[in-house]
Amino acid sequence: MGSREEQSADKTQSFAGQAVATRDAYGAALVELGKRNEKVVVLDADLSGSTKTAKFAKAFPERFFNMGISEQDMVGTAGGLSLAGKIPFASTFAIFETGRAWEQIRQTVCYSHLNVKLVATHSGLTVGEDGASHQALEDVALMRVLPGMTVIVPSDGFETQQVIDAVAEYEGPVYVRLGRAKVPAVMPPDYKFQIGRAHIFNLGKDANIIADGIMVSAALQARETLLKEGIDAGVINMCTIKPLDTETLLKAANASGLIVTAEEHSVIGGLGGAVAEYLSENHPVVVKRIGTRDTFGGSGKPDELLKIYGLTADDIVKTIKSTLSR
Amino acid sequence: MAVLTQSRDIAFLKEQARIVRVEILKMLTQSGSGHTGGSLSAADIATALYFYKMRHRPDNPKWEERDRFILSKGHAAPLLYTVLALTGYFDKSLLGTLRKAGSPLQGHPSSKLLQGVEVSTGSLGQGLSIANGMALGLQLDNSASRVYCLLGDGEIQEGQVWEAAMTAGHYALDNICAIVDLNELQIDGRCEDVMKVMPVSAKWKAFNWHIFEIDGHNMEEIVNALDEAERIKGKPSVILANTIKGKGVSFFEGKAEYHGLAPTKEELEKALKELGEDGK
Repeated sequence: MGSREEQSADKTQSFAGQAVATRDAYGAALVELGKRNEKVVVLDADLSGSTKTAKFAKAFPERFFNMGISEQDMVGTAGGLSLAGKIPFASTFAIFETGRAWEQIRQTVCYSHLNVKLVATHSGLTVGEDGASHQALEDVALMRVLPGMTVIVPSDGFETQQVIDAVAEYEGPVYVRLGRAKVPAVMPPDYKFQIGRAHIFNLGKDANIIADGIMVSAALQARETLLKEGIDAGVINMCTIKPLDTETLLKAANASGLIVTAEEHSVIGGLGGAVAEYLSENHPVVVKRIGTRDTFGGSGKPDELLKIYGLTADDIVKTIKSTLSR
Repeated sequence: MAVLTQSRDIAFLKEQARIVRVEILKMLTQSGSGHTGGSLSAADIATALYFYKMRHRPDNPKWEERDRFILSKGHAAPLLYTVLALTGYFDKSLLGTLRKAGSPLQGHPSSKLLQGVEVSTGSLGQGLSIANGMALGLQLDNSASRVYCLLGDGEIQEGQVWEAAMTAGHYALDNICAIVDLNELQIDGRCEDVMKVMPVSAKWKAFNWHIFEIDGHNMEEIVNALDEAERIKGKPSVILANTIKGKGVSFFEGKAEYHGLAPTKEELEKALKELGEDGK
């Protein structure tokens, strides 16, 4: 009996090759992390069932703090816990975490460079039916602008799992952006995540797609469609938006004169913004950005919304073809 | 560097508070800008904490068993810098660099730049949440350390303060002692006119805090309340300290305009005389 329990405690479930929502991978990864590291504490603002921190709460009730519906206080409390030597993970929906508590993140967490992990779920359009009020399309921009903040947008469950482990080891503030909907597995089973290191699936001669989050899967589909039409497109998963992997970005810009960014976020200030800023200063090439265009989201089914707002593999294909034909 | 001497002797503490006021005024005059009124109103409280109540080691600012102090009303930075210097965290000569480019003594406290500052503050309303987090973390480690958090009465107009008050009450954080410096004034005028924060006592009570109401310039009352607060179990304590903005200098007392103004050289001379610093 005892040995079986030990075995199950030691065995970490891997999400490699599994279609799973990144929030579910987070919930599972947190519990594993909690077993290995006593310093890990978790805070939530009354959404633990949705963010999946409820799993940690059940496993380690003494290290879980439900803060009620008060995001600003949650972020400050997380800051205090980090000052007491803990590694706090504070979770809620992305827009409440980054928007409602932005100034607390700036003043308390970033200005003092505290070891706080802000892991938000329900980012982007794929929140679905809840609509614009709950769909963060600005969060990456809000976090990226803060000095000393690390910003990570995992693409699948396997990557999320590794991201959570990596940020627990890293000392300093981190924002991790997760989603509600189930996403296909995109990362290879031998993939090893490192903060600030992008993953190159392949480099294309005609175009290179720099994607993050759910758009990595769309980019891979677009690549296949383009290949059939004789267009050689590369795909890069830019999982860390900040610090940006500029070395990989330059490789992509050297390989093709067209860079297309793809993200489930506004084209203003997110991945597309970061890539365009860097390349325009250091290696000007044509940059096209796929993302929402200065708009709020709306209610609907996730796939339906991605079509309406132009965030599908088809949109990537069309953008590349029309740009190349010019 | 000064050596930390801690004592409960009231005459000793009163004398330290006088010296603290003198140093605050000097540094503010030298800087030419900064917050005079709210530094002076809380001078007796901070003196009681740093020269008597708190367990701390200026030669080892990160000593794990220390009590923590968070200046939630971060604009009273000159007060914090003064008590840190006088208890030996750094050389007193550094006080002359207040607000100057490159100085660790920023306009509002920065924990990255100055040892002894637990966390950066300055944007009002955020300190009590941080204090709660520290208190929760210390409880997880079964630590005996306590957390002190100084707030202003204008500051408690911020909604986050009441989120934090609710949290401390909910988690029954008896290792926290908040102190509210009730000097009745804020930048734009009387708190009563700008935005009524009274009654303060009933509000904290409603959030399940143990209340102490004292004269924030009576050293005996301050140390008694701090001692008593340590004995309150099962709920957080708040000391509501009635104070006078600009306390100690007759022509600054009760004047909202000295919230954010530094003394001129002439004012400093007069003020130092009032504080018994003739011929210096």
